[in-house]
Amino acid sequence: MKYLDEYRDETIARGIVAELGRRVTRPWVLMEICGGQTHTLMRYGIDEMLPGGIELVHGPGCPVCVTSLETIDKAIEIASRPDVTLISYGDMLRVPGSRTDLFHVKAQGGDVRVVYSPTEALKFARANPSRKVVFFAVGFETTAPANAMAVWQAKRAGLKNFSMLASHVLVPPAIRALMSSPRNRVQGFIGPGHVCTVMGYREYEDLIREFHVPIVVGGFEPLDLLEAILMLVTQLEEGRAAVENQYVRSVTYEGNLLAQKVLAEVFEVCDRKWRGIGGIPESGLNLRAEYAEFDADRIFGTQGVTAEEPAECISAEVLQGLKKPTDCSAFGTRCTPENPLGAPMVSSEGACAAYYQYRRHAMAAKGSH
Amino acid sequence: MCLAIPGKIVSSQVNDGIRIGRVQFGGITRETCLDFVPEASVGDYVIVHVGFAISRVDREEAERSYELLESMGLIKGELASDLDD
Repeated sequence: MKYLDEYRDETIARGIVAELGRRVTRPWVLMEICGGQTHTLMRYGIDEMLPGGIELVHGPGCPVCVTSLETIDKAIEIASRPDVTLISYGDMLRVPGSRTDLFHVKAQGGDVRVVYSPTEALKFARANPSRKVVFFAVGFETTAPANAMAVWQAKRAGLKNFSMLASHVLVPPAIRALMSSPRNRVQGFIGPGHVCTVMGYREYEDLIREFHVPIVVGGFEPLDLLEAILMLVTQLEEGRAAVENQYVRSVTYEGNLLAQKVLAEVFEVCDRKWRGIGGIPESGLNLRAEYAEFDADRIFGTQGVTAEEPAECISAEVLQGLKKPTDCSAFGTRCTPENPLGAPMVSSEGACAAYYQYRRHAMAAKGSH
Repeated sequence: MCLAIPGKIVSSQVNDGIRIGRVQFGGITRETCLDFVPEASVGDYVIVHVGFAISRVDREEAERSYELLESMGLIKGELASDLDD
């Protein structure tokens, strides 16, 4: 437990690990959905301290990682136009498209800018009426209300030079797709704490009824994750399946109703293709017809763009919890955060990047295996 | 970009019908939409995602999570912007 030594709540953490050891009678496979949680698990070596063969696999909860290749190609095509300023969250710039990435478009003179918030994109559009400003709006339910608010404000202000390339994704349909797969190994889920801060956890009850799989909404600190794991293992050992909320400091059953209201005003549920996973019914959000004038896909005529995923990257299996990043022959050699083959190596929340940051030295010390 | 960072509301005003505040994250301050957290006021701590506060939390919780994100080196990249206000 060398990682835990750095952690000030070490005594509590050791207590939870000991309690897990008393309760577990057989190996269980658990998945954390959110990339932020993956990061904490790796940083504190929590996956390596679990007793009784409890295995953690890492889920698809990194929006940068699951944005489809087609969508990246569309962003690249739009950003390459001289009249366009494409504004994006930073992580998206180095995600490889079919032939290039946004970072290269920018290096070759494309007007591509990084923002922290969609409201900055809106301000830029107001200040630069001669530019066609396109906001590249990816994200899960946590991010969608912010993106929705930007469009809602643009419509209210009558902005004519602002649009959105929207590629939002939803967590519950992804869990449904994972559980429905014949290759599924996951027996319990750590639910995404910030997605549920916005959405609540009512809709996760349907998943329990469908699949009898325990789901514990978890926070992002080491103790949050250990406690969520203990709650999941307790349910599994008792043969129960329920939605429980470990992250009560931020998550309520109903979620943030004001955020949900804006989201529902601007977006509607649609089918969505996930990078590495494929199409999942009703797993995305698109602009409603009332907001079609802000749909960059329609404005720039990119609806027809299609793309094939490269075969060499195993991100599909990684994102479904079927393989670990270290199972990939390119990991840490031909694929690094500086030169990523696939999206999970790009984003700081991607599973491959988390393994690269925290595990590659340990792997090197063990020698090649 | 899917991180949510706790910070302290240091000012709040209504601009064009939208409640906007400045939220302090360690040494960095960012303009933040407070429309989703009407219960939060100046001096309160909120969890902020891409410039929008999504929930109010207590001070101890906020400070602990901030330190953790900082120790993992995640704060600076998350708040980076070419169009810095």
